[in-house]
Amino acid sequence: MSNFFNKSDLTRQDADKLVSETLNNCDDGELYLEESKSESILLDDNKIKSSNYSSDLGFGFRAISNEVVAYSYSNEISKDSLKNSSENLKSTLKSIKGIYNHEIPKSNKKFYKDINPIEQKTLDSKLEVLNKVNDFLRKKDGSVKQVTASFAGEQKSIEIIRSGGEALTDVRPLIRFNVSVMLEKNGRKETGVYGIGGRQSYDDYLKNDNWKNVCEEAFRIASVNLESKPAPAGEMKVVLGPGWPAILIHEAIGHGLEGDFNRKKTSAFHDLMGEKVANEGVTIVDDGTIDNRRGSLTIDDEGTPTERTVLIENGILKNFMQDRHNARLMNTRSTGSGRRENYRHIVLPRMRNTMMLSGNQTQDEMIKSVDKGIFAVSFGGGQVDITSGKFVFNCTEAYEINNGKIGSPIKGATLIGDGPSILKEVSMVGNDMMLDPGIGTCGKAGQGVPVGVAQPSILIDKMTVGGTKL
Amino acid sequence: MVKDQEFLKSKASYCLDLAKKMGATDASVTVGHSISETVNFRNKSLEASDRSDGLALSIDTYLGKSRSSISSSNLQDENIKTLIEKCFETTKITPEDEFNSLPDKNLLAKQIGSLNLYDETRFENDKKIKYLKDLEESASTDNQIINTESSFTENKSNFILANSDGFCDGYKTSSFTTSCVTVAKDENSMERDYEFSSKRHLSDIKQAIDLGNKAAKQTIRKLSPKKIGSDKISIIFDKRISKGMLSAFASAISASAIARGTSFLKDKIDQQVFANSINVIDKPDIIKGMGSQNFDSEGVNSNTLQLIENGILKNYLVDTYNGKKLNLKSNGRSGGTTNLYFEKGNISYEDLIKKNSRSLYITETIGHGSNLVTGDYSVGATGFLVEDGEFKYPVNEITIAGNFKDMFKNITLANDLEFEYSVNSPTMMIEGMTVAGK
Repeated sequence: MSNFFNKSDLTRQDADKLVSETLNNCDDGELYLEESKSESILLDDNKIKSSNYSSDLGFGFRAISNEVVAYSYSNEISKDSLKNSSENLKSTLKSIKGIYNHEIPKSNKKFYKDINPIEQKTLDSKLEVLNKVNDFLRKKDGSVKQVTASFAGEQKSIEIIRSGGEALTDVRPLIRFNVSVMLEKNGRKETGVYGIGGRQSYDDYLKNDNWKNVCEEAFRIASVNLESKPAPAGEMKVVLGPGWPAILIHEAIGHGLEGDFNRKKTSAFHDLMGEKVANEGVTIVDDGTIDNRRGSLTIDDEGTPTERTVLIENGILKNFMQDRHNARLMNTRSTGSGRRENYRHIVLPRMRNTMMLSGNQTQDEMIKSVDKGIFAVSFGGGQVDITSGKFVFNCTEAYEINNGKIGSPIKGATLIGDGPSILKEVSMVGNDMMLDPGIGTCGKAGQGVPVGVAQPSILIDKMTVGGTKL
Repeated sequence: MVKDQEFLKSKASYCLDLAKKMGATDASVTVGHSISETVNFRNKSLEASDRSDGLALSIDTYLGKSRSSISSSNLQDENIKTLIEKCFETTKITPEDEFNSLPDKNLLAKQIGSLNLYDETRFENDKKIKYLKDLEESASTDNQIINTESSFTENKSNFILANSDGFCDGYKTSSFTTSCVTVAKDENSMERDYEFSSKRHLSDIKQAIDLGNKAAKQTIRKLSPKKIGSDKISIIFDKRISKGMLSAFASAISASAIARGTSFLKDKIDQQVFANSINVIDKPDIIKGMGSQNFDSEGVNSNTLQLIENGILKNYLVDTYNGKKLNLKSNGRSGGTTNLYFEKGNISYEDLIKKNSRSLYITETIGHGSNLVTGDYSVGATGFLVEDGEFKYPVNEITIAGNFKDMFKNITLANDLEFEYSVNSPTMMIEGMTVAGK
């Protein structure tokens, strides 16, 4: 746990006093202190291309009254600096008065260990694994022309000081291991990428030579793509594999169920609470409480313990994801979804681990039911236009389906659909729910936060596939 | 006030001295300070204010051909010392890489002229509020507009880049950015669109009323869109999308992508990659330019580069490390392009729109569908169906796809180039792409 006051002329008492005084006439707000240490090591083109260590320290001071949020941050933790911020907040909110809400739920549960993953493994041993990855892949096959492998580790300590002196703390580890391989055969080049990660130590992921599995998977995806044909263009049936393809859920549904867009009525879902938005078999939750997952949080960035929020239950829209600010304005409670990239940013309602739960059909049944369509196994990134509801994601591994059988692999294509209607097109839900490998980062308003997704195989009756073959 | 040159220089030389003292053979350091103030409005009233004040430091230390780096926002001498020690310890165990080195001394920028990138005008929050009020007022005149959100950000930055070969320079920059996002609704649909303006000098920012009007107009015309059938159809890219083609091209000719062999434009120097009529230029010394720079992120002098001449690829974007790998001199593009643009074409916007009896005019794309290894391109798109030069109806939930190698050779540019951003393109037409829809 970081002590934010031992190297500063600012004492804990000073901070408490200034926070209480500043937020006295506001509806909500807090002082958020953060120290992060992070490391990234990259092997590329047969060499250790970079090793970077970075440390960051700072505070963000927030005051909210009515609908107005005033925010000020600095990376200098000192009396003067905090006073300046306080003045800045007061000047924005001078004409708006509020009543501070002291209530904040408590929980003793923790979803990850208080460790610093960077220090737990020596730099030498990390370099050794990266070099092994490089040798392993290059020896594996003559078609391997480029290998990139990287470690990224982080420990973030936060402290939230609320008016009245209440303090909440959390220490968050996060790691990621990634392998990208490019193959060249008969003049064609294709890449395959795979990674793993979460809120644990490197060794938890790399035991039993698990790095080899990551290499094999990246190689397999690249090999499949070397054989790929142009993708079809037009509306057709789409079977999605389990796990990471759930970024469809994240983009198509998740963002549209975030509190801010619904309070502002700019989400296509804002007037659909309690309504049927999906087929019967569809249940979607956003869960911050799964042990060691990338999207899990013991408390969110406002200090609220996270929870498992049911968003859609058997097709009915049940809840939005809320931070304190939007919850207050919508007369509901925070779901522990208030997140920020770091102290430089304001809190927004965000996803954690977004999951579609299992049904009772099999992937086999789905494939067999399709005359003409595609089977999408892995994806790159996705994006959504909240207002129109249109969303896309990019296939990185997909196959055509003809007469109930999986055919040739197809080139990466963008799939596009309509968020509010796509869940009504989900006609089969598999019994094989799987979590993603722990690699997701969600972007919103210029802020990236780690997230997770999960889903079983699903059959979508109609979606537009953005290939080139008519 | 943003920290002055003297303060940043003293921090930079403290770092260099310390690294040298510990035994580093070379070192380079960047110290920067940036202050931003943003005001956000929503539906004609204040929604948020945000002030940020940030210092940043990054150091590379070398021991012969080994290198590692650290970065931090904590500039206390004691913290810097701990970090440099850690950095140097890491350097010692990092394997050598023969291409690691500071830039060649004779390539470093020497005389630095003013590009007028700093406007010291303070635009107080009260004035920002007045500006945004006017903006949202003009954006909300039509009752189909149901939500407006806008913001104004003022930024002042200063930095020093120094290395152990004696380079030590930096300069202040400023930017003023305002944007407006509007949501419109009718009985069939809800749509969003935007407009923004970003300039080095406050006086160059677009008028609030014009910006608001434009955002609203662009949103309302998207209402009640239709989906069209899958087809091969000529596609016209609005300026705000066509500049994205340039960004994709720039990524594909970065020395790093070329050296790693992961670009579809590898080994294409002196070959035809665009249509004959196309010229692409990267010009770092445009006065008040959003992408202008006196030197690149390594201190290397950057001159104007003709990247494409009559369709032929003439230069990659070269930094020191990848340059050494490719046996090329750095051309001052560590950190990428500066002010990148297509030279204007010789057909008017009106004639371009009329050129085909039926075409698709794209105003927005979504998704990350550019594969720079293969050149494959596939993105979600929103736009308008154009028939005989007239906008018929809005179109959405479609994708457009092709391969950059073919797309680049089938580009026709209009003559409506303007220098608004750091990447600028005229309106563009590409033939032969596939639209996937119904």
